[in-house]
Amino acid sequence: MDKTSIPAIRIEGLMKRYGTGDAAVDALKGVDMTVWPGEVVGLIGPSGSGKTTLLKCLGAVIEPTGGHMQLSGETIYDGKDGGWRTGDLRALRRDRIGFVFQAPYLIPFLDVTDNVALLPMLAGIDNAAARKRALELLTALDVAHRAGAQVSQLSGGEQQRVAIARSLANHAPIILADEPTAPLDSERALTVIRILNDMAVQYQTAIIVVTHDEKIIPTFKRIYHIRDGRTHEEAGEGRPL
Amino acid sequence: MINLAGRDILHGWGKFLFTGVGLGLLIGVTLSMAGIYRGMVDDGQVLIDNSGADLWVVQQGTLGPYAEPSSIRDDVWRGIAGLPGVAETGNAAYLTMQIEHAGKESRAMVVGMEVDRPNRPGAPAYLTAGRPVLAGHYEAIADELAKFKLGERVRIRRHEYEIVGLTRRMVSSSGDPMIFVPLKDAQEIQFLKDNDALLNERARTAANPAFNRPGVPGLLEAVQAANAQSRMVNAVLVRLEANADPEAVAAEIRRWKRLQAYTKVQMEDILVAKLIATSSRQIAMFLVILSVVTAAIVAFIIYTMTLAKVREIAVLKLIGARNRTIAGMILQQALGLGLIGFFVGRLAAGLWAPVFPKYVLLLPGDALRGFAIVMAICALASVVAIRAALAIDPAEAIGG
Ligand SMILES: Nc1ncnc2c1ncn2[C@@H]1O[C@H](COP(=O)(O)OP(=O)(O)O)[C@@H](O)[C@H]1O
Ligand SMILES: [Mg+2]
Repeated sequence: MDKTSIPAIRIEGLMKRYGTGDAAVDALKGVDMTVWPGEVVGLIGPSGSGKTTLLKCLGAVIEPTGGHMQLSGETIYDGKDGGWRTGDLRALRRDRIGFVFQAPYLIPFLDVTDNVALLPMLAGIDNAAARKRALELLTALDVAHRAGAQVSQLSGGEQQRVAIARSLANHAPIILADEPTAPLDSERALTVIRILNDMAVQYQTAIIVVTHDEKIIPTFKRIYHIRDGRTHEEAGEGRPL
Repeated sequence: MINLAGRDILHGWGKFLFTGVGLGLLIGVTLSMAGIYRGMVDDGQVLIDNSGADLWVVQQGTLGPYAEPSSIRDDVWRGIAGLPGVAETGNAAYLTMQIEHAGKESRAMVVGMEVDRPNRPGAPAYLTAGRPVLAGHYEAIADELAKFKLGERVRIRRHEYEIVGLTRRMVSSSGDPMIFVPLKDAQEIQFLKDNDALLNERARTAANPAFNRPGVPGLLEAVQAANAQSRMVNAVLVRLEANADPEAVAAEIRRWKRLQAYTKVQMEDILVAKLIATSSRQIAMFLVILSVVTAAIVAFIIYTMTLAKVREIAVLKLIGARNRTIAGMILQQALGLGLIGFFVGRLAAGLWAPVFPKYVLLLPGDALRGFAIVMAICALASVVAIRAALAIDPAEAIGG
C-alpha cells in the first residue's frame, strides 16, 4: 500500500436514490471512501444498508444520483457536472474494473482458460496472447491444472479462483468483490481472501470486499462500515493470513 | 476473439441439433409443398412433351382436350393432313375414369391412340417394358404408376384389355396414370351407349315421324346405325415437319377448318397457367403460412435460447462485451439453426418424396431459394431475441 501515490478510488458524498416520488428509496445518502492501490478493504453492513448499491455505482453499472467518484485520480462521475464523464461505460468496466460476485458466474459454454481470456480478447488482444495471460493468472491462483476443463467440472472453490483470475485479466486497477466467500467453507473462504491480498500486492490492485463473514472480517486492515446509506471508516485487526 | 455462438452451440450441441432437426422437418414439409407444385407443372409438361405432337386441334371455342371438353369428328384429320408443313396426324380420345382392378379402384386416364402405324402422335414416347399395341382391339399400354403388370388383364367398361406394354411419366395433368388403348376402343368407352340406352334411343328414333317415314325404306335403319356408332374424338394431334412454323400452320387450321389449334407454347400456358392456377394459388397460400409458422417457431426457439442465457449475457455486458458482440452471437445461432434445419429439411423432403402418390419434383433452384428464405427468416426471427438481450441489465450479474 502506497499512500503517497494517487488513491485508486476516491468517493465523496456519493448518493443513490432508487425510484421517484413516494416510492423513492435513498440507498446511499452521502458515502465517502478512499482506497489505495495494493490495499484490500472490507465493506461491512447489515442487509439492505446499500453495500451492493455502492459496488454497482463504483462499477459503473448503475448511475449515482449525486456526489463525486474518482478512479486513479481521474473523475469518472460528477453529480454536479453532468454525471458520467464517459459515454462508454462498457469500456470503462472492461479496462478498469474487475468483478467478483457471490456466485462465480462463469460462462458455462467456455472452458476455464477462455473464461479468463475472454476479457483481454474483448479488449482487442489476440487469442494467443489473451490465453497466455489467462494461463499465467490461473497458475498464480493455483488452478492451472484445470485450464482445459469445463466450468461445470470445477468445485466451488476452484470456480471462485477462476472468477478472481478473470477479474484480474485486464490488469484492472480496481476489483469489486461482492460477498466472494459466501458459497465457500471457512477454510476456502480464508484461502480466497489470502489470494485477494496476494494479488493486491502483486498487481497493486485496490480491492473492496463486501462481506458479513465473521471469519474473514478480522483479516482486513481497514474496514468501512455502512449503515443506512452512510459509511464510516475503522481500523481492522489485520490478522495475518 | 473467440466465436461465442459456436462455443455455445458446441456446449449444448445435442439440444441444438435436436431443435434443428425438428425445425428441419417443418422446412422439409415446406420444400415438399414446393415440390408438389413443381410436380404438377412437370406433369403438364410431360403430357405435352410425351404426346409427340406439335399442334393440338380441338373443338372451336374450347381449351381442349385436357382443360376443357372438346369433341370433333374423327375425320377432320383428313383436311389437316393435307396442309403444308404437316407431317403426321393422329386422332386422340381422352377419358378420366375409375378403374377397378384386383379389388382396388384407382383413377386413370384412358387414352385412345391410332395404332395402324407406329409412331403416330398420341402414342407413348417410349416403353419401359413390353411392346407397342399391335392388335386393333383390347390391348393396352399402362403407365407404371397404375401398378399393372405385363400380361395382366384389366377390365375397362365392357371389355377386358391385356396389358402388353408399360411406360413411365405418362400422366394426366392431375397426375393420374394413362392407359393407352386403340382409338376405336376408346371411342367406344367414351361415346358408346349401353344396351338399355341403345334400345331406348332406337325406340325414340322409331317414334319420331321425321326419321320413320312411310315410303322411305331404310331411312330409320340408317339413322339408328348412325346414332349407335361413334364418330367423335377429342382432339387431333399434329406433328409438323422439321422446318414448319407451328404458329403459321395453327393459324391456317383456325382460319379454314373452323377448329381451334394450339401450339406447344399455348398448350403449356393452358396446362400450367390455366388448368392448375387454383391449385398453385392454394399451394402458394400454404407456402406463405408455412413460412410464417417457420418464422414464428424460429423466433420462439431463439428467444427461449436467449432467455436461458440471461445471466451469461448480463455477465458479458458487465465485463464489457459490446452489443454488437451479443447481437452477433444470437444472430449466428439463429443462422446456425436455419442451416441445420435447411439441410435436414432438404434430406427429409428427398427421402419422403417417392412415397407421395403424385409426382414431387425437388428442383435445385427451389432448394437454393428455400435456403435464402430460411436464412432471411432466421435473421428476422432473431430480432426479437436480440432486442430482449440488449435490454438485459448488466446489474443483474451482480444481483441484490
Ligand atoms: N433496483 C432497486 N430499486 C429500488 N430499490 C432498490 C434497488 N436495489 C436496491 N434497492 C434498495 O436499496 C437499499 C440498499 O440495497 P442494497 O444495496 O442491495 O443493500 P445490501 O447489498 O447492503 O443488502 C435497500 O433498501 C434496497 O431495498
Ligand atoms: Mg447485497
